[in-house]
Amino acid sequence: MPKTNFEIKNIRKDFPILSRKIRGKQLIYFDSAATSQKPKQVIEAMEDYYKNHNANIHRSIHTLGEEATEAYEKAHEKVADFINAGSYQNIVFTKNTTESLNLLAYSLTADLKKGDEIVISQMEHHSNLVPWQQLAKQRGLKLEFIKIDEEGKLDEESINESITKKTKIVSIMHVSNVLGTINDIKKIGNIAHENNALMVVDGAQSIPHMPVDVKKIDADFYAFSGHKMLGPTGIGVLYGKRELLENMQPFLYGGEMIREVKFEDTKFNDLPWKFEAGTMNIAEAVGLDAAIDYLKKIGMENIQKKDKELTNYTFEKLKEIKDVKIYGPKERGAVVSFNVDEIHAHDVSQILDSEGIAIRAGHHCCMPLMGVLKAHAAARASFYFYNTKDEIDKFANALGKVKKVFRV
Amino acid sequence: MNGIEQMYQENILDHYKNPRNKGIIKNPSVHHHENNPLCGDELDLYLVIDNHKVIDVKINGHGCAISQASASMLSEQIKGKALEDLKKLAKENILEMLGIPLSPVRLKCALLSLDTLKNSILIYEKYVNKK
Repeated sequence: MPKTNFEIKNIRKDFPILSRKIRGKQLIYFDSAATSQKPKQVIEAMEDYYKNHNANIHRSIHTLGEEATEAYEKAHEKVADFINAGSYQNIVFTKNTTESLNLLAYSLTADLKKGDEIVISQMEHHSNLVPWQQLAKQRGLKLEFIKIDEEGKLDEESINESITKKTKIVSIMHVSNVLGTINDIKKIGNIAHENNALMVVDGAQSIPHMPVDVKKIDADFYAFSGHKMLGPTGIGVLYGKRELLENMQPFLYGGEMIREVKFEDTKFNDLPWKFEAGTMNIAEAVGLDAAIDYLKKIGMENIQKKDKELTNYTFEKLKEIKDVKIYGPKERGAVVSFNVDEIHAHDVSQILDSEGIAIRAGHHCCMPLMGVLKAHAAARASFYFYNTKDEIDKFANALGKVKKVFRV
Repeated sequence: MNGIEQMYQENILDHYKNPRNKGIIKNPSVHHHENNPLCGDELDLYLVIDNHKVIDVKINGHGCAISQASASMLSEQIKGKALEDLKKLAKENILEMLGIPLSPVRLKCALLSLDTLKNSILIYEKYVNKK
């Protein structure tokens, strides 16, 4: 059973990088929405793999090969269990969320007809926008956008108007990386299914912060990255319903994804290997496995509660500061995007860095959304359970320095 | 002065808050737009060129203090200059002009103005004033 109350001091000790000094100041890492920091358990698991078990998988008949294969397959089972996928066969490993979504964009649009529609939203990350946009162009499909309302939520009316009998695919982010909006993807999925459309969910910002049960959500596909959930870079996940994955054409061809190859044709491998061509990121899969162990040890409910506390605290703190504009609704995931007066986010970020504080600045891979928000850029503080209220106090104080440096 | 105050020193902020040669030119010899996709800095540069010399310049943009101050300062330097001389401008000239320490990431902000100028001249010579 997960502990109900965890000691933040002990947790921070697990993350070696959190003791780093930046320009003589203690690092305050508020950029976990870009990538989370890694606990030593993950780093050590990968080191142990390379030191003691490294071999190629699924082809070497020797002890190391068997150990590596077992570790790699076990990671699929671990992920399947973590999101209640049912079986390891529903779990395809990719490079990251972007690759998972590209796989879908290529494979799912292969059988669509000219004029068929794909529905996404105005708040999508480029990774859930550009693949659909480009495939729509190539294949003569229509791309529709669900609008956002004033508060930064998906507009109810626009959801109902956008998803119609012409819609074949709906692809929506679970939690917005800019606005923090938590979308009701189950409800949107129901509307998609009523119209015989597939429901794809970009879970990059949700999976690290809340319990996710893909069966309960009834998503047809769910994509996420390992590196935002304590895991290493280079490993991503695509969950898919079995009958859908079985009927899909592979996205990448090559070794490992085959059953039998002749000069004129190929029989593809079973799920999930049919979608995993070439030598995959094995050590990264081992790292992701260790990351999930760590998350489970703390408990996703506890993480959700802690992240919410930190986010709400920041929201209240920033509201107190004059000339700070916050984007998105109050009820949100673990990100707070904002601007200070007319000062460009890049400058805000630079000045905070001089205080050891790492935030993100820019368009957050959401250029169309920034256009809707009429902001050229925004600063973003994002949190994880290893952050503290004390860090948020220091961050709020440092924002005062930003105005001082700019003499406003 | 510590590092950060050195970066955002008086003359940088002055050029950022009160950019010189701000505006547009209706019938320029060449107009070119560049952006820095990393952070969203944008710059429009309008040049009136006569006899291979810049006789008028306007800039219009938005972005971080470094990118916009750099554009403002550069606009002051190019008026009256021959294209041949402007083509020789290099990264070092911009750094010297700004006179502040910059990290590799912020260098991109600082050099947006130079890139815009160089590409404007290229376009002018290739399409507008073919030799």
